[in-house]
Amino acid sequence: MKLTNRTKVLEQGEMTLAERLYFPAIVGGMATTLKHFFQKPVTIKYPEQQRYLGPIYRGHHILKRDENGAERCTACGLCAVACPAEAISMVAGERKAGEENMYREEKYAQVYEINMLRCIFCGLCEEACPKQAIYLRHDKIVPAFLERDEVIYGKDKLVEKMDQRYLRDGWK
Amino acid sequence: MKVTIDNITIEVEAGTTIMQAARKIGPEVAPPAMCYYEPLKSSGGKCRACLVKVTAGSEKDPRPMPKLVPACITQVQDGMIVENAINEQVIETRKGVVEFLLLNHPLDCPVCDQAGECHLQDFSFEHGVASTRTVEERNTFEETDLGPHIKLNKNRCILCYRCVYTADQITDGRVHGVMHRGDHAEISTYIEQAVDNDFSGNMIDVCPVGALTDKTYRFKSRVWFSKPVDAHCSCDKCSGNVILWYRGDEVIRVTSRKNEWGESLEFICNTCRFDRKKTSDWTIEGPSKISRNSVISANKYGANLIRPAFPIQHAAQNFKQIEDDRDRSFLNIPTSLPAAEK
Repeated sequence: MKLTNRTKVLEQGEMTLAERLYFPAIVGGMATTLKHFFQKPVTIKYPEQQRYLGPIYRGHHILKRDENGAERCTACGLCAVACPAEAISMVAGERKAGEENMYREEKYAQVYEINMLRCIFCGLCEEACPKQAIYLRHDKIVPAFLERDEVIYGKDKLVEKMDQRYLRDGWK
Repeated sequence: MKVTIDNITIEVEAGTTIMQAARKIGPEVAPPAMCYYEPLKSSGGKCRACLVKVTAGSEKDPRPMPKLVPACITQVQDGMIVENAINEQVIETRKGVVEFLLLNHPLDCPVCDQAGECHLQDFSFEHGVASTRTVEERNTFEETDLGPHIKLNKNRCILCYRCVYTADQITDGRVHGVMHRGDHAEISTYIEQAVDNDFSGNMIDVCPVGALTDKTYRFKSRVWFSKPVDAHCSCDKCSGNVILWYRGDEVIRVTSRKNEWGESLEFICNTCRFDRKKTSDWTIEGPSKISRNSVISANKYGANLIRPAFPIQHAAQNFKQIEDDRDRSFLNIPTSLPAAEK
């Protein structure tokens, strides 16, 4: 069905002598290739060089500690209920006397696991968190998996290390 | 006796309170209640959450009442006209009531075991404002134990007196009450005496906030991760009708069954509540009915069917009704659709 009358039927005419020789076209193609030798490459050497992903890139999850080094997460479960992929699970524990510098609230996450095969990096956990505990890092991505038992990230991989703290541009 | 609440007229018996009449009509017009608990005698009148405007006192004397009245302890009169959700003053006052209830209430919902089934959470979400104006320090108390199974967190207490009435009902002597007055008031047992009774666990169910919590359930799970199941057992002390809260195959909590208003009509004994935590102890009846807009039913019973009340209410307040007077009688749709459907 014709919607407008603006369609044009393309008719290919007879090729000229130059076109039929093919040689000028090959030279033209070679010239285009040669031109790119002297231009800045658009690709980077990925694993060695990495691009800045932007200030709001949603990458590797991190469980933040506060300025005293105590874990912020209190295992309230709001990230897990907000998670559309149901990737987060946790077991809460009660803080004992003497652990005040390890955990900020009287309840903490004994186990905190994110299944990275399920995670879709939507950032809803970050949005749901009432304690500013979970963030998706803008500077680090979750590496590819080689083994199936690597995909569940526990607290050992998620909790922030005090010597390499995670900072966002907006927080400085 | 005829009484009109939010433009809906209902016939009730003499001696009914406004609250009971409103609850008869339905949850749309029922005022919120934090301290009133129908099964508990003489509860109510403490929290002021249910304040309503009486625009006409009665048929004989149609003058409006000068102040807002608490619906839970005010009895209806013939021809009384009450305004609840449609009155601007009531809505404005409730914001203040929420603010007062939250004056000393800690913001520890992420830690609290009651979160998700907390009446104060619901009340402040529905009727309060999002921000807080207080800068003062909140009253803080140490957590104490009431007997081996109950934890008392006085920080969270809103002094509704429900547990006091429960303790009065289940014991002969007075062991549990409110000490001191005014801002210093605190729930306590008489000189740290444990509430030692077979039915003391019901204070947990009765508590609208997380002040009294189950120690066997402490920090085990969040309510929305557990799955409620109706069950019963043949118990020689109580009716044995309970709700089991499952996490996987494990019963993590046993509570009494609650009605539409969050009130447990049958008290259950401590053996059922704290000791019978195996599936083999119970006869399972089926999944409990949970309101679709409750967080407890999140990710459980057909998420596609969930129609949360808040967005519907929000839409009704902020968007105009579509004026549509086309004749659609041929569709055979009943004309009196509930408010949410329109």
